[in-house]
Amino acid sequence: MYDLIVVGGGPAGLAAACSAWDSGLRSILIVERDRELGGILNQCIHNGFGLTYFKEELTGPEYAHRFVELLSKTGVEVRTDTMVLEITGDLRIHMTGPETGYRVEEARSVILAMGCRERTRGAIGIPGYRPAGVFTAGAAQRYVNVEGWLPGKRVVILGSGDIGLIMARRMTLEGAKVLACVEVMPYSGGLTRNIVQCLEDYDIPLYLSHTVTDIRGRDRVEQVVVSEVDERRRPIPGTEMVFDCDTLLLSVGLIPENELTQSAGIRIDPRTKGPEVFENMETSLPGVFSCGNVTHVHDLVDFVTQESQRAGAAAAKYVLNGPAAGESIALRNGNGVSYTVPQRVRPENVEKVFNVFFRVNRIFGPSRIVVSAGERELCRFKRDRLAPGEMENITVPVKLLEGVAGEITVSVKEA
Amino acid sequence: MRELVCIVCPRGCHMKVDDEWNVTGNTCPRGAEYARAELTHPTRVLTSTVRLEGGRYPRCPVKTAAPVPKELLPRVMAALDEVTLRAPVHVGQTVLEDVCGTGVAVVATRELTA
Repeated sequence: MYDLIVVGGGPAGLAAACSAWDSGLRSILIVERDRELGGILNQCIHNGFGLTYFKEELTGPEYAHRFVELLSKTGVEVRTDTMVLEITGDLRIHMTGPETGYRVEEARSVILAMGCRERTRGAIGIPGYRPAGVFTAGAAQRYVNVEGWLPGKRVVILGSGDIGLIMARRMTLEGAKVLACVEVMPYSGGLTRNIVQCLEDYDIPLYLSHTVTDIRGRDRVEQVVVSEVDERRRPIPGTEMVFDCDTLLLSVGLIPENELTQSAGIRIDPRTKGPEVFENMETSLPGVFSCGNVTHVHDLVDFVTQESQRAGAAAAKYVLNGPAAGESIALRNGNGVSYTVPQRVRPENVEKVFNVFFRVNRIFGPSRIVVSAGERELCRFKRDRLAPGEMENITVPVKLLEGVAGEITVSVKEA
Repeated sequence: MRELVCIVCPRGCHMKVDDEWNVTGNTCPRGAEYARAELTHPTRVLTSTVRLEGGRYPRCPVKTAAPVPKELLPRVMAALDEVTLRAPVHVGQTVLEDVCGTGVAVVATRELTA
């Protein structure tokens, strides 16, 4: 019986395991399906990681390496090349790998850190042929940065998520011609800095309010048709542009990977597509915690680290001191807010402050974020600009929740 | 007056630089520094990969240890194409000294065992 089993050895699992160790747990197992720890960071060779957490600019593999080094100073056990198949409601973890075979391990607590996966062509239903040459941006990133293959020479990118933007620059540097980045929304889904340093630096046009309406080519992509869309995202006939290209990269969103979560009967929030969590990242199943992209998709690994450290510390507290107590207050979406994490807060379980991560559902200019209970405003935070592609984070003092029962609302009001 | 978006950190401040090189809209001193540099001699850290032999994968990720002039990026890429490493490789290991006469080294960014 382990005190803690961490499912996933990416940035979330690594930070959670280190933090649980530092908080006093001594029997911890990380289960990772890849051959190495580090998760997706290993293929994210660009820099910009760690500015918040380490106060320096690291590449993905360097960021992962920092945590692998920290982990090596602990007694945390690691099983790589091992796939978790099922988590049961009584915390038995079914796993299989070439070295150990099929095993069932028991745990006093579990941390879900499985991350997310990319939406594919099937998820967005692009019409046209099914030729070779259509890749998710992350698959192309793996080919180029790890395996050493260039997947194409003339490229159109659909979606302006960060991975798509990063790959526009990467493919250009490696000698491909990136003809266009196409985004169905009227704003980019990625960080502004990536628009600047990945598209503008290389004169790659960004077509907002456009989408791919046809893929042509029987064996290999030969042409991609791009159309403008109206405000309801329907293609406008007569606006078609035809690009001669051999490759289409898709950067059309990430989905938390929660099959294991569901198998354990843990409640999923339809807004985040991740488990509902309390202030300490505990899910609806006591003793099971969740952190990183399996909980909600982050833009920055630094925040994954911070969130995962809270999960690790909370798992240790659960094992050493027993379950968290207290009534919970639900967090509701107000105007302009598309989700919040956590979904519930137990004031008794918070020392001084709790963090709320959320995203807005459109672009806001100068505005204030308001936390309220019914008609009563509890606190407000000023922002110059809010965008759906940039996750927001507020810190709320728990004493403001005195006398509040039921629920609070997070909303955005434009100044 | 020039407008630009800061790329120093993910915050992405929208900055303005006037004719006297006064920077507004930045939230930290690094932003002002970036804005002035960007309008006089823009630089970037380049990240890419080089060939790797004897390792688990055929490529090793690398970066310039400091920003290099933006216009030299294609030449740095060409210089990296000439490099072949032999595993094991350690994070921070120098791959190329003084790349393209910039005075900047290229270093490995991943541990790759033999």
